[in-house]
Amino acid sequence: MATDPEAAEPVVPSLVDRYFTRWYKADVKGKSCEDHCILQHSNRICVITLAESHPVLQSGKTIKSISYQISTNCSRLQNKVSGKFKRGAQFLTELAPLCKIYCSDGEEYTVSSCVRGRLMEVNENILHKPSILQEKPSTEGYIAVVLPKFEESKSITEGLLTQKQYEEVMVKRINATTATS
Amino acid sequence: MFPLTEESKRVAQLLLNTGTCPRCIFRFCGVDFHAPYKLPYKELLSELQKFLETEKDELILEVMNPPPKKIRLQELEDSVDNLSQNGEGRISVSQDGSIASKISNLNVCNICLGILQEFCEKDFVKKVCQKVEASGFEFTSLVFSVSFPPQLSVREHAAWLLVKQEMGKQSLSLGRDDIVQLKEAYKWITHPLFSEELGVPIDGKSLFEVSVVFAHPETVEDCHFLAAKCPDCFKPAKNKQSVFTRMAVMKALNKIKEEDFLKQFPCPPNSPKATCTVLEIECAHGAVFVAGRYNKYSRNLPQTPWIIDGERKLESSVEELISDHLLTVFKAESFNFSSSGREDVDVRTLGNGRPFAIELVNPHRVHFTSQEIKELQQKINNSSNKIQVRDLQLVTREAIGHMKEGEEEKTKTYSALIWTDKVIQRKDIEFLNDIKDLKIDQKTPLRVLHRRPLAVRARVIHSMESHYVDEHHFRLHLKTQAGTALPGAEHTVLRKYFRWIHLLS
Repeated sequence: MATDPEAAEPVVPSLVDRYFTRWYKADVKGKSCEDHCILQHSNRICVITLAESHPVLQSGKTIKSISYQISTNCSRLQNKVSGKFKRGAQFLTELAPLCKIYCSDGEEYTVSSCVRGRLMEVNENILHKPSILQEKPSTEGYIAVVLPKFEESKSITEGLLTQKQYEEVMVKRINATTATS
Repeated sequence: MFPLTEESKRVAQLLLNTGTCPRCIFRFCGVDFHAPYKLPYKELLSELQKFLETEKDELILEVMNPPPKKIRLQELEDSVDNLSQNGEGRISVSQDGSIASKISNLNVCNICLGILQEFCEKDFVKKVCQKVEASGFEFTSLVFSVSFPPQLSVREHAAWLLVKQEMGKQSLSLGRDDIVQLKEAYKWITHPLFSEELGVPIDGKSLFEVSVVFAHPETVEDCHFLAAKCPDCFKPAKNKQSVFTRMAVMKALNKIKEEDFLKQFPCPPNSPKATCTVLEIECAHGAVFVAGRYNKYSRNLPQTPWIIDGERKLESSVEELISDHLLTVFKAESFNFSSSGREDVDVRTLGNGRPFAIELVNPHRVHFTSQEIKELQQKINNSSNKIQVRDLQLVTREAIGHMKEGEEEKTKTYSALIWTDKVIQRKDIEFLNDIKDLKIDQKTPLRVLHRRPLAVRARVIHSMESHYVDEHHFRLHLKTQAGTALPGAEHTVLRKYFRWIHLLS
């Protein structure tokens, strides 16, 4: 999270780090560097966000617009849940698309769920102000909130990377890039 | 003075011949004052015989075509062994063997199955009282509840038809209400006996209940014919063992036609071989309530035990620290803890404390002086520095309602320490003091979203007060509407007015 890993002062743990565990999925859907970060709350709710290594979060990228219309018949904005058991929620698989991000340089990125579960809500604030996604990807710029099935709450992280594993992947990636250049 | 009149002689004789006990005879003859029922059984028998003796000869003639069992009056005075046709007559030696042998002069009553014979007399009452005393409850009054086997209603119904018919011959009518109910007569006799034995009054409103359940396995099938005749009265209930509950049986008896009944059930009812058995004698005390306020000084203490998959995540809890002492002192079976709202594990509760109430289930000890309650409070406070209790007191059930109202309607005061990334000066936070009745729309916090519906709730922050600590810290006191999620509230407010503050929460 800190851009400078050798900060002199101790970093105050953020809300995110106090209540959530970070899980990562790298190169989602085979697309290079499109890394996602899943914030898992101790109550098993998952917040889907972009990992800091995602192309959209790199400097120089400008987001033109974001759309939750993922197909002709399906818009994540139409998701409506009711009651304690969240009836009516759209059910997501790991590869289910959440939204499409259109950048000014013509690039288009799809954000995927990465976890199975019921869609609670998508972040409407980033529709109105896409820059929040880039400024605060782990907090106000989140993509969606997903509630996994109770029985699956532990198994959903089996296919994901821990913070440490993610960092190792990042190192490998940098080394591979420097090696080829 | 013997309570039966000339008018009732024929009915009384008929009933006695068919195997009915004196007290049931009284009931069917409309004897509705208590005194006669309280006389000892033996005395009642002999008085009854004397009363009927005058017409003995005629009556023996009349009963020429008797139902299978006939009791001749002389035999009543004599031997223990009653030699009737079917050899029925001996009260089988039940668990209450000693009691049974004393009243072996007469068969088990064909209507009350022994309830108004041995089971309303002093010996039985003593036996129940022994159990009550052994149970260790503290009580100053009691309510006595008794449950009879449903087939008694069927026998009662048959006897009523029989008597009605007999009285019809004398051009007399007999309504159901003219008959004294079995339970009523039973209570007339037993209540004073219980009072005397235990030294406390019987009071319908008492919290202490003594309950006795009778059963008569031999005649359980007496009711079954009703299911065929009135099937809609008997709905199979999931939890109950038998479909033949008292209510269902009564309903069916009201429905069934006389002719149909008489076809299916012997009238007069036949005498059973054995008397009733006592299925259970239980005592229970209604719940008592203790209320107070608690302060929480630990940031590591949940309100209720935190157990996931059988594993305890954090040691102890507010409710255990308070209730464990109460459980012991009140000698209660279990407790239910409730409070006016609650706080997180890592949040302290200061000020006057949060109101709470504890329901103590089936307490064995219920009377405490205010001094004893004070000592109990002190004991709780001495046992832990994580919580402190005040204003501990006994309250009524209504108190819980009042307390829960507070959860929705009262205002809450919070104090939060805010850390700021950028440097702040005193004047920078002063404007917060002027914000009044700020409306915020709160979505269900993620923290509780897994167990509560997703919704937006309008909340109000009534007022705030800021206290400067240093360049990176200030304290914020908020007075909010009940149910406002604090971190969300702070975030919304401060983000709105104070964009460059990086919040801790």
